Amino acid sequence: MTARIGVVTFPGSLDDRDTQRAIRLAGAEPVALWHKDKDLKQVDAVVLPGGFSYGDYLRAGAISRFSPVMETVIEQAKSGMPVLGICNGFQVLTEAHLLPGAMLGNNHLHFICRDQKLRVENAETAWTADYESGQEIHVPLKNMDGRYVADERTLDMLEAEGRVAFRYVDFNPNGSLRDIAGITNEAGNVVGLMPHPEHAVEPLIGSGRTDGLPFFTSILKKLVNA
Amino acid sequence: MSRTPLDTVEHAAGTPDVELPWAELGLKKDEYERVVEILGRRPTGAELAMYSVMWSEHCSYKSSKVHLRQFGEKAPQSDALLVGIGENAGVVDVGQGYAVTFKVESHNHPSYVEPYQGAATGVGGIVRDIIAMGARPVAVVDPLRFGAADHPDTKRVLPGVVAGIGGYGNCLGLPNIGGEVVFDACYQGNPLVNAGAIGVMRHEDIHLAKASGTGNKVILYGARTGGDGIGGASILASETFDDAKPSKRPAVQVGDPFQEKLLIECTLEAFAEKLVVGIQDLGAAGLSCATSELASNGSGGMRVTLDDVPLRDSTLSPEEILMSESQERMCAVVEPEKVDRFLEICDKWDVIATVIGEVTDGDRLEIFWHGGKIVDVDPRTVAHDGPVYERPYARPSWQDALQADDANKLPRPATGEELKDQVLRLVSSPNQASKSWITSQYDHFVQGNTVLAQPEDSGMIRIDEETGLGVAIATDGNGRYTKLDPYTGAQLALAEAYRNVATTGAKPLAVSDCLNFGSPEDPAVMWQFAEAIRGLADGCLQLGTPVTGGNVSLYNQTGEAAIHPTPVVAVLGVIDDVARRTPVAFQEEGQLLYLLGDTREEFGGSAWSQVVHDHLGGLPPKVDLERERLLAEILISASRDGMVDSAHDLSDGGLVQAVVESALLGGKGARLVVPDGLDAFTFLFSESAGRAVVAVPRSEELRFNDMCGARGLPVTRIGVVDGDAVEVQGEFTLPLAELRTAHEGTIPALLA
Repeated sequence: MTARIGVVTFPGSLDDRDTQRAIRLAGAEPVALWHKDKDLKQVDAVVLPGGFSYGDYLRAGAISRFSPVMETVIEQAKSGMPVLGICNGFQVLTEAHLLPGAMLGNNHLHFICRDQKLRVENAETAWTADYESGQEIHVPLKNMDGRYVADERTLDMLEAEGRVAFRYVDFNPNGSLRDIAGITNEAGNVVGLMPHPEHAVEPLIGSGRTDGLPFFTSILKKLVNA
Repeated sequence: MSRTPLDTVEHAAGTPDVELPWAELGLKKDEYERVVEILGRRPTGAELAMYSVMWSEHCSYKSSKVHLRQFGEKAPQSDALLVGIGENAGVVDVGQGYAVTFKVESHNHPSYVEPYQGAATGVGGIVRDIIAMGARPVAVVDPLRFGAADHPDTKRVLPGVVAGIGGYGNCLGLPNIGGEVVFDACYQGNPLVNAGAIGVMRHEDIHLAKASGTGNKVILYGARTGGDGIGGASILASETFDDAKPSKRPAVQVGDPFQEKLLIECTLEAFAEKLVVGIQDLGAAGLSCATSELASNGSGGMRVTLDDVPLRDSTLSPEEILMSESQERMCAVVEPEKVDRFLEICDKWDVIATVIGEVTDGDRLEIFWHGGKIVDVDPRTVAHDGPVYERPYARPSWQDALQADDANKLPRPATGEELKDQVLRLVSSPNQASKSWITSQYDHFVQGNTVLAQPEDSGMIRIDEETGLGVAIATDGNGRYTKLDPYTGAQLALAEAYRNVATTGAKPLAVSDCLNFGSPEDPAVMWQFAEAIRGLADGCLQLGTPVTGGNVSLYNQTGEAAIHPTPVVAVLGVIDDVARRTPVAFQEEGQLLYLLGDTREEFGGSAWSQVVHDHLGGLPPKVDLERERLLAEILISASRDGMVDSAHDLSDGGLVQAVVESALLGGKGARLVVPDGLDAFTFLFSESAGRAVVAVPRSEELRFNDMCGARGLPVTRIGVVDGDAVEVQGEFTLPLAELRTAHEGTIPALLA
């Protein structure tokens, strides 16, 4: 048996097809979900992909959190369904308060696209179990609003509870506080990060590495073994 | 412009003496008289609006047409060409049932006036051209040229242009995989912002811009029509900048990439359900262009009710609606029984769609407003029968003196230390320095099919996941070479793009071009233009790569000073399996470095002459297209059979520039030996064409040499991939760290 993993397409989603491909390459079954549809088609997990959901003219992810599909995603995430937010998906998760903190414009005020070095800080979430804690990986990063911020108390809490999932290594590309690239919720089922693991799943394409594939094999194993 | 009473056709016929603002709209007196002659009466205000934008230089190619014909007359036989010049973009067969469409366009004038929006809408426009052919856009490229890197205004224009390209393209989800960034004082008041796009479709999905089938509906969909970009094609893109005239800022359009993304998705969905008979995007000249082109390319006429056009501003006059260049709009012709489904798809994507007219059985384009007929024309006279000028041209009086000012006679470095110093100056000069500060503002990963992106020799995209079929594209141009000799310069641009595609392992198939020149009213500029086209057409014939389409941008001049003539050539290639692609970066220490081709003392127009001597004179490098073809065949074979692990074409900056780039990208140095018969300076800095450097694994050395020998390509062993420095034996050693600082520090220091 395999697992069905939904990928939400908002009208301005860009990496939805890539995410479906990554899920397929990992051996799971990708299921397309539409933003106007509350029905999650009985998927076992959901990925919110990168892009500019509704144009992001207001604030990245600010409108998407109110979309019909997010109503169900929020509800199910709270009862334990694994959800991964990549880039714009991460922004949506913070706007939806499934993850704490917020994303501001990059401190250098430019869009930045680069192959980014990360350290896996928490290898126990639903989406990171195939990594080892402390493992260093390279995953493409590309965004305009990637500067993770939260108040000091929240940052201390995230660190104390081991909820910083990824940190930027060698170079902080956007001014994120405490080099945070990705975080998880308390239960470990909801994970958000700015870099794009779906762009690092084939040796020939993009960055030419497959460091992102374990995101998708992690969730597959978890769902199949559940 | 609105007058009372409404200026209908009837009213116009009855009031022959009403003065119309034809001069303000950019028409010449004889052109206006020709309109009157065609119609047999004075035009209505709406008709005048249409003729003025469609007969502009930008839309009608009136100065360039007589020369552009050569691309058709000299077109090589090619089985690959599915759709040629004249449509929104050319279409090329790349095998396995796939077709690829690609095109490069200019958005030069708007990008100087308003850099962010000018560049952004340039991307938007070229992408709509690609969708209008029925293809899903898969990549964009951006050849850019700016004034001197250290000029204060460059700091205004460049960051805006780059942010605009990124802001729009990134939001559309199109990987930006190539292009160029060139600085030269000649572009100070006239930056060149060219934008290219590639799209992929199945053969059976090719769509054309024509309205056929009486009773079929004309649907306008996408953004509402506003007051932006009115006269963009006529009064902005077709005139020289002049301080004395009022600001042309309102003639620049404003882009909304999110709307364009919706337009892409809903158009592709409508194509997939075969709902579309004909389609046209609204770019330059807006509705005037879309209605007249659709109607004149189809079998019947067309009737349009302008009151049905959704407006952003309800006070717009019919003339303004016809001239508006509001972005993110398209026009489709749909059979009546399929209209509901078409509208449903638009609704799914929240795209406004409105039936504004229908195809008629006549041969007239009729447009109504408030119940009155305000346009009644033969659409061909608007879209195709514009004026054609045989502009006078003459070889400029200064050309001989320029060519006599021989760059080969400039003082050369005499010692290893001087060579080293000039290498550092070269690789850190703005034109030769790393452009990653710019290209890192573009998404090159999206869609998950990018095999190669800048700074590789060509961008490469996988188009079939199962078979690995891919396409490559390179764009090149060299205004300095072209100024020295326009015929040769255009061929060098072609040769370089062709070589760049082959260097990555792809077979060159077809050409698109963007021809950037000064004012056609200057005989010297017209001569440059005529010579460049002759060179390009002859070159394409010889290389067997047809020109599939392109764009002409004239009036790139401020006052008397024209830009260097700058034909930018895009070559599209195909590769059977992207796994066989050849990258620029050195892969493994110990691999042998070979120089392919002949090196001569050729420094005219070279990067060295510019960086070290601030000199432009002499003759550009010689072109040997048969040699280019042979070199390409060798590079493609070597890539396919795994004989080379990295390759880099040699062009501006010569061999040393190429080796430094390969070394820095691979993080591995090189030890070079100056070959017999060459001096170190010529070896390192010459810009002879038809050359490449390849790294060959030792196990392949014999086979590779045999192949080159058997086919008669000169091949010289010049060194080995090794260490963490670029060393030229007996001359100098430059550590990679020092080269990296020099090469990568320049652009951020100037612009960040």
